[in-house]
Amino acid sequence: MKYLIKGAAVLGGAPTDLLLEDGAIAEVGTGLSAAGAEVVDAAGLVALPGLVDLHTHLREPGREDAETVESGTAAAARGGFTAVHAMANTDPVADTAGVVEQVWRLGREAGYCDVRPVGAVTVGLAGERLAELGAMADSAAQVRVFSDDGKCVSDAVLMRRALEYVKAFDGVVAQHAQEPRLTEDAQMNEGELSGRLGLAGWPAVAEEAIIARDCLLAAHVGSRLHVCHVSTAGSVEIIRWAKSKGWNVTAEVCPHHLLLTDELAATYDPIYKVNPPLRSSTDVEALRAALADGTIDVVATDHAPHPHEDKDCEWAAAAFGMLGLETALSIVQETMVDAGLLDWAGVADRMSTAPARIGRVAEHGRPLEPGQPANLVLHDPSVRRPVDPTESASLSRNTPYAGMELPGRVVATFLRGRATVLDGKLQ
Amino acid sequence: MKRHLLSAGDLSRDDAELVLTTADEMRSLADRPIKKLPALRGRTVVNLFFEDSTRTRISFEAAAKRLSADVINFAAKGSSLSKGESLKDTALTLEAMGADAVVVRHGASGAPHRLAYSGWVRSSVVNAGDGTHEHPTQALLDAFTMWKHLGESKPGGLEGRRIAIVGDVLHSRVARSNALLLRTLGAEVTLIAPPTLLPVGVETWPVETSYDLDAVIPKADAVMMLRVQRERMNGGFFPTPREYSRRYGLDARRMGTLQDHTIVMHPGPMVRGMEITADVADSPRSVIVEQVTNGVAVRMAVLYLLLGGSEPAVGGEE
Repeated sequence: MKYLIKGAAVLGGAPTDLLLEDGAIAEVGTGLSAAGAEVVDAAGLVALPGLVDLHTHLREPGREDAETVESGTAAAARGGFTAVHAMANTDPVADTAGVVEQVWRLGREAGYCDVRPVGAVTVGLAGERLAELGAMADSAAQVRVFSDDGKCVSDAVLMRRALEYVKAFDGVVAQHAQEPRLTEDAQMNEGELSGRLGLAGWPAVAEEAIIARDCLLAAHVGSRLHVCHVSTAGSVEIIRWAKSKGWNVTAEVCPHHLLLTDELAATYDPIYKVNPPLRSSTDVEALRAALADGTIDVVATDHAPHPHEDKDCEWAAAAFGMLGLETALSIVQETMVDAGLLDWAGVADRMSTAPARIGRVAEHGRPLEPGQPANLVLHDPSVRRPVDPTESASLSRNTPYAGMELPGRVVATFLRGRATVLDGKLQ
Repeated sequence: MKRHLLSAGDLSRDDAELVLTTADEMRSLADRPIKKLPALRGRTVVNLFFEDSTRTRISFEAAAKRLSADVINFAAKGSSLSKGESLKDTALTLEAMGADAVVVRHGASGAPHRLAYSGWVRSSVVNAGDGTHEHPTQALLDAFTMWKHLGESKPGGLEGRRIAIVGDVLHSRVARSNALLLRTLGAEVTLIAPPTLLPVGVETWPVETSYDLDAVIPKADAVMMLRVQRERMNGGFFPTPREYSRRYGLDARRMGTLQDHTIVMHPGPMVRGMEITADVADSPRSVIVEQVTNGVAVRMAVLYLLLGGSEPAVGGEE
């Protein structure tokens, strides 16, 4: 299958044609023509390298009622992603070569985007002893990102050993920064509102203290550290300081932390319950600025599907997490591009190039040039649409954006030259 | 008034004064030979209690019965959080039974709010205590009691009165509701607690705060002692129960520093010897038993007003 994309604004630049052939970008230019190619009119559309998510929960194996690899990657394709990192907190936990290979294989079979399994740092996410990180790295899944996400590797010695150990295969430890004792039973951002609502607080310091410790540990042992879902202004300051020292620290921010604030908890509607929690508008401003200046390297979705009953209940009983794959690019447009903080080249870096680099995903996050793998997304920034949860490809519906009007729409996604989404529809 | 009573903050001053005036009429019933009104005949009030609270439940039950409502007690202890029946399914069951009002006590903050606004039930919802959030009828009965002892003839006339609320404010739904309602009624509230038991952001509340009980109570018109729950005693919020009692307990020596008219209150159940000594609890200043009596009258007023009593509740018909 050949595709001739006509008049796309590559990284928001001048209209350009791209010819996709045999899984690669064959030609880039103007006035291209190709016999037998399906022509895609991309006038007014922005072309970006296929998005790469460092933080996705696909729930399979174990919670196929919430999401499967197939449904989750379909949602990813609809959101413009060509590669996702599947988090390890499945059941069984992805802490062995067998489980990561299963997830990787399910991704290949589904075919919507490349699935890069994340390996658990500790056996069963229990925070007691290292999982067989090397076996996962050497497996067919070629794991490079290791995380106990959902739980923090809070033991300082264990974290040090993990940071050291993954150097042998160029891995990175992605830390869910949450000091456990400071966040027992925590329900929402600790602040004036948590006190008023009587919901147990999740203080910013519980995130910041772990980030500070981990930056120092990473520097001490000369390892790579990646910080998951940074949510506070204080965390941004610590990461900025660590980077100024030249330490090998990267960080991600989630779309919901760029847009939503803790005020929403006043509804007691657990659709807004997420971990780390929604923070204050001051934090939101700091996160946007940090993403703009590169202190925060990437946007990662933390796509966290949950069945209806796990959100249709009282706040304290509800599960943490919200959907993210299909709305991420729209939210980045709203909060960063339309706000004048980031151009489309910046979006390509934060949502494709940088996450591919951190995750060591060779075939993704490449420039849209001849000879490169044909992984790309066509995005229409001119439309505004209300979010309709029933349109989602996810098996779950726990989006906090239902009914909210957001800009932009993914028109087409190409994975190695094959359309996974065309005219906004899954292929 | 609104259709639900979820937070003391939902009450305007007019609303609060209406509840207190109505409660005053209800209380006069207690002196009559027949203590029952036909006002809610044929209406159904469900007491939905996910936590044990015999005191609050029997108070609501007595209130509803004195208004001739049918009362269903539904003890759903531990239901949702322990993976039994969900709050939603319980609510749908009550809706199917045709409840006109649901009085709910729940361990999760905001559960009554969910019940009122999730479309599960159409009935009025009364918050009878949710987690560490609020307990608005307790605040109403406390305000009623203060008004009777300290107030002007005007209902809820607590303008400028100084109220000290002492103890575990962090986990207290009583303190939250009282702070909101007493402010609405014009009183000046001071919360006194060790710093570990004051909520984050308390400086934004319409109250004063202090760590020093001895400095505050000589000027107070009412001193309300909060219960210190057993699980807090081992939670590291303070070193030992003895140290807590020394610094924040109300004993005879401290009672001696109060003004002559100052009353001592406690929402119950008390931990005698911890936050309050027996001689204080049983002293003439103590209005703790009276609070219980007033609780029934205030809850009658709330149910009557929420269930749309348009005529005066206490008429001449019987």
